[in-house]
Amino acid sequence: MYLNKTKAAYFLAAFFLIIALFLGISIGTVSVSFLTIIKIFINSVSHTEVFTVDTMQANIVSNIRLPRVILAGLVGASLAIAGCAFQGLLRNPLADPYTLGVSSGASVGAVATLFFHITIPFLGSYTLPVLSIVTAFLTVFLVLLFAKKLDPAMKVETIILTGIIFSSFLGAFISLLIALTGDELRQIIGWLLGSVSMRGWTYIQMFLPFFIIGCLILLLQGRELNILAFGEERAQHLGVQVRFRKMTIILAGSMLTGAAVAVSGTIGFVGLVIPHLVRIVAGSNHRHVLPLSIFVGSGFLILADLLARSIISPAELPIGVITALSGAPVFAILLLNYRKKGR
Amino acid sequence: MLEAKKLSFQYGEKKVLTDITFSVQKGEMLGILGPNGSGKTTLFKLISGIVIPNAGELFIKGRKVSEYKQKEFAQIVSTLSQQTAEAFSYTVEEIVSMGRYAHQKGWMQGLSREDKAVIHSAMEQTGISHYSNTLIGELSGGEKQRVYLAQCLAQEPEILLLDEPTNHLDLSFQKELLELLKEWSKKRGLTVVCIFHDLNLASLYCDRLLLLHNSEIEADSHPRNVLQEDKIKKVYGTDVIRAQHPQVPAANLVLSLRESSADLQEEVGEANLTLSKEYIAITTDIPLKSLSSGVTGAGIGWHKYFINRHVNKDYNCDDYKMEMNDYLVKNGFLPSETVAMMTAVELEDTAYRKYQAGATSLFFVVTASVGNPADAALSEQHSSLIVPGTINIWIFINGELSEQAFLQCAMTATETKASVLRNRQVTDPATGTPATGTPTDSLLVAATQKGKFHEFGGNITDLGKAVAKGVYEVMTMALDKRQNRKTALERGMK
Repeated sequence: MYLNKTKAAYFLAAFFLIIALFLGISIGTVSVSFLTIIKIFINSVSHTEVFTVDTMQANIVSNIRLPRVILAGLVGASLAIAGCAFQGLLRNPLADPYTLGVSSGASVGAVATLFFHITIPFLGSYTLPVLSIVTAFLTVFLVLLFAKKLDPAMKVETIILTGIIFSSFLGAFISLLIALTGDELRQIIGWLLGSVSMRGWTYIQMFLPFFIIGCLILLLQGRELNILAFGEERAQHLGVQVRFRKMTIILAGSMLTGAAVAVSGTIGFVGLVIPHLVRIVAGSNHRHVLPLSIFVGSGFLILADLLARSIISPAELPIGVITALSGAPVFAILLLNYRKKGR
Repeated sequence: MLEAKKLSFQYGEKKVLTDITFSVQKGEMLGILGPNGSGKTTLFKLISGIVIPNAGELFIKGRKVSEYKQKEFAQIVSTLSQQTAEAFSYTVEEIVSMGRYAHQKGWMQGLSREDKAVIHSAMEQTGISHYSNTLIGELSGGEKQRVYLAQCLAQEPEILLLDEPTNHLDLSFQKELLELLKEWSKKRGLTVVCIFHDLNLASLYCDRLLLLHNSEIEADSHPRNVLQEDKIKKVYGTDVIRAQHPQVPAANLVLSLRESSADLQEEVGEANLTLSKEYIAITTDIPLKSLSSGVTGAGIGWHKYFINRHVNKDYNCDDYKMEMNDYLVKNGFLPSETVAMMTAVELEDTAYRKYQAGATSLFFVVTASVGNPADAALSEQHSSLIVPGTINIWIFINGELSEQAFLQCAMTATETKASVLRNRQVTDPATGTPATGTPTDSLLVAATQKGKFHEFGGNITDLGKAVAKGVYEVMTMALDKRQNRKTALERGMK
């Protein structure tokens, strides 16, 4: 019965992702039917004109909608799986990638790049994402170093506390930068609230290696995350190399979060809410929750992006507004249920 | 199996453990005891590899613990804590499966057929198979502890470490868990090292105890050697009295209570006596420690009601204990607080009297007749038919007696009884020799356990002399009363 439940969860998640993909590509100022989308796919995969399709529609799908939807999907997946891993590691179902200060760290890198117009030779336009990831890493290391100074055993509580302190500090730092900017203000605010528009295939190429490496690493930590949920001592008793695993999970999670922040800005609540929804349906086993979070997270962000660009079309809302508007109430309900259950 | 050599540990300046040296053999069950702050939890963390000693070495199977990889260590040593908090709601089977982690190899995260077999047998042994799909959050504390024990078993350890595993369990679960551990240690050679809070539980189940005191080992020996009154007083700083487990040869320590001055200093005497045709009763406000033979409350115990009940000569009841119980309840005596015996003697012949022996007073109550006399030395020649007792002697002592004194008083009383019968030339009709008593006589020695302490009750002590005198005189009085009444009765009939 239990196995069937898991299978059903995978089926549902995959179905949800496919529907989201098709809706994301189909809906816009020019709408493209599902059938046309399939035809365009087959044409581009086979590199021949199997079906006759309107050129403009084919262009819109291949060059505008598809990269946008894919980027949204990758970002959603990254945030969700990183959130899931951090929650498991920190043994706190209410934690999220932002708790460690990763996302604030990445934002500092990005905002600084925009403010100082930094361009590192050879990186060119890639300076922004690379710097974001670097500052995300730096922040995590600083947080861990500081936590270790406070408590050599590096208890989870200490890490969370340190992460929150760093987050607030870096948040204030970003506000200061924004106040000093002037004419760049709108760009930075738009970026801070998150968007996946007008990024194109280059961003996907940039993002993909980090995504693949990060996800692979995290997917291999399912068993360890399950055991870490019982506390670090218990995990050690059961044979987990706690320090090494903790480091691996934190690094992979920050890589995913940092890269996501770089390409799309800070998008909240995905990492927090998606793993919860997955757990409700599929149980708590991380070996399933991690991959399922990838599916559901990407589907969710594709739909969120669709709403963001449709509601006040032709203008666009920042995607972070949508995820916060939908995620926060859902999260509030989850929190209430959680308290009611008494745990 | 496990060997600690001069282990030391300190938090900053504070020494938590100093020069701890001990070893545990395969299949042994070792209990670690000590008051709060004695370092037992730290010792436990050292053995389980959570903290690293500042000095000294710990060997597991002859190899230094520091040389083990985490997984290798977990294949040998498994740990069960007092309580495990789970952050997510896993099913019982998922949790038990995690015990296999140390044995799983490679990147593939699935469970092999062997893993599954081990998991199922672990769940069966701990009796949680029917819970396999239940979420852990839905289980009670005792059931959870069994799930984690199953997780430990799934590790297939050679050494099992437990930190007060029975702390949150009720009595039956405590017993169940410890019996399981004992069985595994004996049958499969599982080495068990367990921290105990409860000295008596440790005494019951462990092969050896390690007593920690001020970060050092105070004692490392057989439980009966470790659980000595003076050692426990030194380590725990409180008075205990060592009693014996009634069933098995294990020490059983009980707290020694300081007497409160508010307690009534009661003197048992005539004022406590109720005489009726059906029964004689002594009722006290505070329970007396009593040594007795009889129907209810026999043996050693604490009692408030002492009943000698008259029954007819032809009294015969298969379940006489139950019948007596009903009788006591009907008459308003709580059976658990009562010593009750039977007699066929008419209760108007009861004799009683108070004596003073120094600071201690004694009160005697006797019912006696010489019908059915017997010589105890030649008991083989008598039938084994039980008829209600004919000489019942009660001795109440307003003082404190050692258990030895209780026994000596009983001996003195019995010898005196034989002497009374011999002086009255009562003979055993079956053998023709002087009788020593009747086959169903009963005896009660009860003491208030307050006032002067008597370690001995033999017949050269003041107490013993008073017992002998009292029994002799009061028993004679009872026999005379009966004889006089019978003679008067016979005269009247003529």
